[in-house]
Amino acid sequence: MPLSMVAKGRVRILRIDGGFGMIDRLKPMGILPGENIEIVRNDYTGPLIISVKGSRMILGRGMAQKIDVS
Amino acid sequence: MGKKILVALAGNPNSGKTTIFNNLTGMKQHVGNYPGVTVERKEGYCIHKGIEMRIVDLPGAYSLSAYSVEEAVARNFLVNEKPDVVVSIIDSSNLERNLYLAVQLMEFGAPLVMAFNMSDEAKARGYQFDLEKLSGAFFAPIVETVGHKQQGMDALLDAIVSVAEKERNPRTRAVVNYGREIEEEISNVVEALKSEAPPGGYPYDLRWLAVTLLEQDKEIEKEITTSGVKDRVSQGIARLQKFFGESPSTEIASRRYGLISGACQEAVRSTVERRHTTSDKIDNFLTNRILGLPIFLVMMYLVFMLTFRLGEPPMGWIESFFAFSAEKISALWPAGSESAVKSLLIDGIINGVGGVIVFLPNIFLLFLAIAFLEDSGYMARAAFIMDRIMHKIGLHGKSFMPMLIGFGCSIPAIMATRSLENRRDRLTTMMVIPLMSCGARLPIYSLIIPAFFPQAWQAPMLWLIYSIGIILAVITAKILRMTILKGESVPLVMELPPYRMPTFKSVLLHMWERGWLYLRKAGTVILGISILLWAMTSYPGLPEDHLQRFEQQRNAVTAENITQEQKNERIASIDNSQAEAAIEYSIMGRIGRGIEPLLKPMGFDWRIGTALIGGLAAKEVVVSQLGIVYSVGEADEESESLRNKLIRNYSPLIGFAIMLFTLISAPCMATFAVTWKESGSIRWALLQFGGLTALAYLITVVVFQTGRLMGVGL
Repeated sequence: MPLSMVAKGRVRILRIDGGFGMIDRLKPMGILPGENIEIVRNDYTGPLIISVKGSRMILGRGMAQKIDVS
Repeated sequence: MGKKILVALAGNPNSGKTTIFNNLTGMKQHVGNYPGVTVERKEGYCIHKGIEMRIVDLPGAYSLSAYSVEEAVARNFLVNEKPDVVVSIIDSSNLERNLYLAVQLMEFGAPLVMAFNMSDEAKARGYQFDLEKLSGAFFAPIVETVGHKQQGMDALLDAIVSVAEKERNPRTRAVVNYGREIEEEISNVVEALKSEAPPGGYPYDLRWLAVTLLEQDKEIEKEITTSGVKDRVSQGIARLQKFFGESPSTEIASRRYGLISGACQEAVRSTVERRHTTSDKIDNFLTNRILGLPIFLVMMYLVFMLTFRLGEPPMGWIESFFAFSAEKISALWPAGSESAVKSLLIDGIINGVGGVIVFLPNIFLLFLAIAFLEDSGYMARAAFIMDRIMHKIGLHGKSFMPMLIGFGCSIPAIMATRSLENRRDRLTTMMVIPLMSCGARLPIYSLIIPAFFPQAWQAPMLWLIYSIGIILAVITAKILRMTILKGESVPLVMELPPYRMPTFKSVLLHMWERGWLYLRKAGTVILGISILLWAMTSYPGLPEDHLQRFEQQRNAVTAENITQEQKNERIASIDNSQAEAAIEYSIMGRIGRGIEPLLKPMGFDWRIGTALIGGLAAKEVVVSQLGIVYSVGEADEESESLRNKLIRNYSPLIGFAIMLFTLISAPCMATFAVTWKESGSIRWALLQFGGLTALAYLITVVVFQTGRLMGVGL
């Protein structure tokens, strides 16, 4: 299920379906397959707020659609 | 004094790196740019126990992968300048993510000291660190610091000195164990590197080089020219890809995090999980889906009101100061004498530079407010709120702030685009910023609107002009994103730091840094342009026979039998005609005359033409230049006589056309210079200049001609 569809709660990242640029950018922020993240805010429009390794991140919707979670 | 050591500070954005830099160096710092890029380079000095240190604040980075310009700059610095000590500054209340960069620094082979910054916050959140264990796991001394309270600075300096003095011996054990499969490929690549090393060897630690190549780092790949290594690397990547089912770079990153979380599990105890709870509560309100936007708009309104209200008195002082100096300098020459030097000093330099310096209080106050919003953490929320809207025009949330600052002045606005990592986003934002009607254009509107429009129409007119700018910016941005700046818009990902009370010192320092940059850039360019414009309106002077004719007229008036008052009036009017003739005769007047056929379709005559040329230096010059060509002496936007002259000579439609043209056309010279510098190429500045002027011409001609045909505002 894409991250953009999750309302709240903890999920595990399965796959990131993006170019190298996007993957390389997310990696050092702790967003990579196998990591657990928490969805703090999802208004189903505009960016999301997620919690990764204890810090809050804003994630654009386009990006969230390309992150597969379970 | 003995030796001098080079110390680099590295860390994530928001790790408090700059605060520590300021603590260590005090005011003894120097801000410049890295060659070729617009990343700020901050350097300072510090002496500790007789050892002189040169301290460089590297740009904030999340990794050494050279994904962004900042990261590339940080990495190149480490490669080329080989600092004696690298201080890895870590937000210890956010340990795991911050340690990622630290691990990369260790792998790179940098002589490391770790500063666990914000340790008070970490403690408040219930974290307890076993520093000895962590230090062992990461092969580096750890010092706890609290940057904004200046705690731990001496201990940090001690650690830096001891690492600098320690003999550097190659690390015997790898920092990260990447597991059998990857390790095998690493040693294969290292072997290949050894056998095909260039003369003098590689400037990198070979293991680091091998790992980075397996991560498919584009920059480092370019440095490998030998086919043996290239083949080895691509074979390795292919094999690992098959084994893991995904690119090895992801697995490599996972292993780094594995090491970090392993160490943290052993050495960090968390008693309570309280982080963010307060921040989250505030966020529920401030970033609320419905309330977020109105709150943001109110906030921005307050910022602008503050900027202009509080800026008013100091602006008055600056104005009187310049008027006073002009008077004093003028008094150095005997009354009535015409000296070129005097005219240069007063009309050229004092008026030109004064016109820019006068905006300084506004600029500084605007920067102060922005620094406060940034340091408090609200700016990241603003990006969150605006992202939804900005996305629709092909930009993202972070573009909004620079555009907003553009209503104050384009120069700081263009400098503020530095926060956009993606070059396409940044250039698009930069290109459209001049369409945000800046503060210097306000005097033009305040002169023209009351002249041509009835009271009830005045406020809507002003609103209309601003709106036209915004709408054009949106359209232009969209077009740029679809044509020359095409490409996937880089999605937004940014940290949402917890809310913090900004410290007085850091806010002031932020303000000063940016304000000084503005002053330096604007100051030098404007000074040059002012002198040029002055020369263009003063030379060549009227020929002798013309001068004599005006002199004769004056003499005739003096001889006439009328009251002194009438005489003065007549003489003043002759003076005016002479000044007007002089302008028409000067280079500027000739240019104005020359371009008149071009201006005609917009309804402009040569007088407006020269005013618009003056506007290239700074937009507000349009007003004073109109004053000069209409020879009404000192003109300002309140000037009644200038308004009367305008009403007599032009129609409301032309008045509107003037406003439209000054809104859209060629940004001022200082903006041109800043765009040139910030985009790294004169081509962008020329495109902005030419494109906007062409757009302005097109729109103004269409509006004027349509208006004329329909008989509106004649």
